[in-house]
Amino acid sequence: MKQLLSGNEACAIGAIRAGVRFFAGYPITPSTEIAEYLARELPRVGGTFIQMEDEIGSICCMNGATAAGVKAMTATSGPGFSLMQEGIGYSIMAELPCIIVNVMRGGPATGTPTRTSQADVMQARYGTHGDHPIVALCPWSVRECFDLTVAAVNISERLRIPVIVLMDEIVGHMREVVELPTEVEIWRPAQPKPAPEDYYHYDDRNNYDAAIASFGEGYRVHLTGLTHRKDGFPTDDPEIIKWNLDRLRNKIEQNRSWLWDIYYEDIGSETVIVCYGSAARAGMEAKRQFELKTGQRVGIVRLRMVWPFPNERLIALLRSARRVIVPEMNQGQLYREIERTVSLHVPVVSVQRYDGEMLTPEEIISHL
Amino acid sequence: MIELKDDRFLNYFRLDERFPHILCPGCGIGTTMATMVRAFLELGIKQDELCVVSGIGCSSRVPGYLDCDTFHTLHGRALPAATGVKLAKPELKVVVIGGDGDIMAIGGNHFIHAARRNLDLTVIVVNNFTYAMTGGQYSPTTPTHERAATAPFGNVERSFDVCFLARAAGAMFVARSTTFHVAHLKKMLELALKKKGFSVVEVISQCPTFYGRYQGIGDAVQMLEWLRARSIDVSKVSDPWHQKDKFVIGVLHDQQEIEPYTQLYEEVRERSRGK
Repeated sequence: MKQLLSGNEACAIGAIRAGVRFFAGYPITPSTEIAEYLARELPRVGGTFIQMEDEIGSICCMNGATAAGVKAMTATSGPGFSLMQEGIGYSIMAELPCIIVNVMRGGPATGTPTRTSQADVMQARYGTHGDHPIVALCPWSVRECFDLTVAAVNISERLRIPVIVLMDEIVGHMREVVELPTEVEIWRPAQPKPAPEDYYHYDDRNNYDAAIASFGEGYRVHLTGLTHRKDGFPTDDPEIIKWNLDRLRNKIEQNRSWLWDIYYEDIGSETVIVCYGSAARAGMEAKRQFELKTGQRVGIVRLRMVWPFPNERLIALLRSARRVIVPEMNQGQLYREIERTVSLHVPVVSVQRYDGEMLTPEEIISHL
Repeated sequence: MIELKDDRFLNYFRLDERFPHILCPGCGIGTTMATMVRAFLELGIKQDELCVVSGIGCSSRVPGYLDCDTFHTLHGRALPAATGVKLAKPELKVVVIGGDGDIMAIGGNHFIHAARRNLDLTVIVVNNFTYAMTGGQYSPTTPTHERAATAPFGNVERSFDVCFLARAAGAMFVARSTTFHVAHLKKMLELALKKKGFSVVEVISQCPTFYGRYQGIGDAVQMLEWLRARSIDVSKVSDPWHQKDKFVIGVLHDQQEIEPYTQLYEEVRERSRGK
């Protein structure tokens, strides 16, 4: 069935199809349509919606629901995302899978609530304290808001990690006619849980393919935000602190090969545009117009997953390029990451727009 | 050697490796923890049907010693975390334990909203009038003029009455006891755990290491004497909310139960399917 949907609605639908049955959130523009949709639809499928007193409460409530065995998500925007950072750290440390949708607005502080930006890319990566990995996905269309939310749920369950869906206001509020699949692929653990006496909540042996115990199943799980041993209890033994942090890092490092999600076209061209989110819409149109006008091919690389950063893949993709253009709706947040990855091989140009308006194809064409 | 399997009380703790605990000698939190476990046993709450949630601080380390589902969350965030657990698994008995700094200061907003929402949770606020784990700074319950690590010339702030705040925010059941009145404390905890809806028990506890030392009250025994001398039963006062320099102990508020959140939300699910 074809339907006219906004990116925010498609994201909420994707979450339900992927099995999310819990939402805790606090209203904030431009993400509220996600909460409104789920307030209406979650009870119909036996799920729970709760509007918390603030974003800190929202993420902690979501962590509680996850710990009790329900797939959960929250949605917010810049300032709310800032408030959630400590809770995101808790999800990382306690390895509680969950989805945080950040429909980006400009900042700092209250910034531009009804305008667009891509200025939370670095907050998504480094917002919470301590060394930790993160996964962040950037849809560019209504359909991708659906697809990447489903992907986010699956990655999050499989790696027991919070996954951030980094939408921007344009993608969240944009309406497109889409046809969404009624059935989606849902990741399920390959093995059942070991018996309680053999069970370790943070067991390296099972490599995440065994199911995880939650509260109320008789496993007497202990969850803490402190550095912990494999049974979940806190310790400050230097060796175990290191083991704990290595475990967090390695679950991303060892899964990069299937995690990376890059779309690309014509990468043998002299000039390649590297972009993500709604800036990629301008990037794609710039490529089309430039090719029509000049007959020269322009390459495009679209990052559907911005974290973990796909350095090795980018080096391989951009090896034969002579110039890389990075259009972004911020002051060059991902540009710096791309530059330090590939500038040994190829010069990188940053195209920035941060006045709350959409990047236009013309602005990109002027750099081609 | 003691056969632990036969001892219901000892069996409730992770005695094999979590002990000795990290609490200071003479601390009242051990008393609170033990009394809480006795209340669980008295009411027949099974270890596998219980989740104990806490934030950060001395009393928030209690869950780490219990052999049941336990959730040591962020500073001040025990109540929203417990809200998530209860909403996801309404059949679980969910108990929150934390200190005055954790629940009343950083967690103050969550506390009043959790009371307002009326989930079927029991909150145990261990009030020792100080931030103990960080070294004796003043808390929202430290009385005015008293000294603390961060109030070397006396505290200029006024303090919260935990029970008054809980009642005003909508708690169904509010009681206060102390670590001196152990049998009384157990009774209060049992009543709170039995109450359907949001219940709060304030446990006035001694902290000889920081609070007792700063106020010159003395060691644990002297502090327990101080608790005894300062406490007065609610039946002996006309107005339990305005007693200067006294801890009014007993059931301070017990209202007729109303439908808890989880039941109301179940009705939302039914209504949503009808439309």
